[in-house]
Amino acid sequence: MATPITQPLTKRSQVVSEKRMTLMERIYLPAIVKGMGITLKHFFRLRKATVKYPEQLRPMSPVYRGMHVLKRDEQGRERCTACGLCAVACPAEAITMVAAERKKGEEKLYREEKYAAVYEINMLRCIFCGDCEDACPKEAIFLTDRLVPTDYTRGTFVYGKQWLVEPLDPALRVDVSKRQPKAVAEFKKDRNFAHNR
Amino acid sequence: MIPIVIFLVALLLVTLGVAAYATYAERKVAAFMQDRIGPDRAGPFGLLQPIADGVKMIMKEDFMPASANRWLFFLGPAIAMTTALLTGVVIPWGGTLDLGGTAFKLQVADPDIGILYVFAMVSIGVYGIMLGGWASNNKYALYGAIRAASQMVSYELTMGMSIVALVILTGSLSLNDIVEQQRAGLWNIVYQPLGFLLFVICAFAECNRAPFDLPECETELVGGYHTEYSSMKLGFYLFAEYVNMFISSAVISTLFFGGYDVPFLDGLGLPQNVTVILGTVALFLKITFFIFLFMWVRWTLPRFRYDQLMDLGWKSLIPLAILNVLLTGVGYYLKNGI
Repeated sequence: MATPITQPLTKRSQVVSEKRMTLMERIYLPAIVKGMGITLKHFFRLRKATVKYPEQLRPMSPVYRGMHVLKRDEQGRERCTACGLCAVACPAEAITMVAAERKKGEEKLYREEKYAAVYEINMLRCIFCGDCEDACPKEAIFLTDRLVPTDYTRGTFVYGKQWLVEPLDPALRVDVSKRQPKAVAEFKKDRNFAHNR
Repeated sequence: MIPIVIFLVALLLVTLGVAAYATYAERKVAAFMQDRIGPDRAGPFGLLQPIADGVKMIMKEDFMPASANRWLFFLGPAIAMTTALLTGVVIPWGGTLDLGGTAFKLQVADPDIGILYVFAMVSIGVYGIMLGGWASNNKYALYGAIRAASQMVSYELTMGMSIVALVILTGSLSLNDIVEQQRAGLWNIVYQPLGFLLFVICAFAECNRAPFDLPECETELVGGYHTEYSSMKLGFYLFAEYVNMFISSAVISTLFFGGYDVPFLDGLGLPQNVTVILGTVALFLKITFFIFLFMWVRWTLPRFRYDQLMDLGWKSLIPLAILNVLLTGVGYYLKNGI
């Protein structure tokens, strides 16, 4: 028989006994005064726990998984080729897309011959796991540290391409280098792994 | 005649204003004690918050359960609010002003039984809660109402008894006399520390404030007596609590802390009106402190269990109150004879 673990889980644990209360404890008022002292100490404490959200943001992880972005390549062409792997990978089934064939003259807009005419993510279904990002063979979709803004109606949470595709202007491009370090990029090109083939 | 009407209207507005800002202060105090910031969006430092709350309350749907007793359902909040406001008229808010030759006492009425009047109003106030809770035809509301009634009965005894000891000393039930006696001598807190403690505890219970807020007890009774109330009717109930808090703070200051008395102020030789106004300011400072005390206790102590509440009331406070009366009587006899 194994001996029970006697080590306390925290340093703050106290042994409780059912001893009779002393007179001072039974009067109850000293304890009240002590408690009021504690609250008063907090009353005058200047350091508050509040984060005034819209103006002030809590520090976030550099690899925070927030609102998605559909990347363009260096020449401003959409990288997404509507293969549907992200939609397959999505555990919440939040991604929908309609593929279309690139016409002549659209080479500047789309990188490959096939592209996503419609690409929608339902932000209410999305669990921000980042599996779409892992699944994407074209480095097209990334999660960013931007937050999905709140709204009053459900319909507005279905984000189409106008929300997801990053702007053409190089200055306004969304930086995903933190979530796309070199090692990851190399790993994704490694043909030894089945999902990269 | 005209000054008294002006004074009455001013008193009403001040009472409502103080109560409104007490709601704001409560939220701020609660927030600060919990290391938060509290309301700060409406106006600078959130100072317009009470107005925003009032507008919100009025805009809400005024719902009445189909099986509720229509008239009593209306009457409940009305009684709670009215009685809360009525108490303020007997409290001496200041000394006698000199208005171009005519003397004007800053007190609406000075009945010989001022304290009894206060007690009467507080006791009627519980009808507001009882009627409201009963008329809602809801079990939680009824529980809240019953609790309010039994709590009020239990603690009114002690409260009355602590006042009896005070009255032995002062020999008068008029609030004005009590203040004037304290101006002449020492504040009553010096003679009646135990009486003061008992009175404050009972005042907390009478105002249904934590740790005695069992009638509304949201963790057990949803909302207690105001479960079925919404819109401005609910607003009246919540607001009456703050008016009551303001009035009880005023009563505590008047009975035990010299009312509008400021020690050594009379000796300074200031003009009479200045002295009176300073006295009123001092009274309001005392009231502010006691309102803060109400909030301070609320955000420190957890709520009593119901049997603990009754135990405390009947087994501890009442014997102590009787002891206090006896000791005061003996002390008075030894000093002054019969």
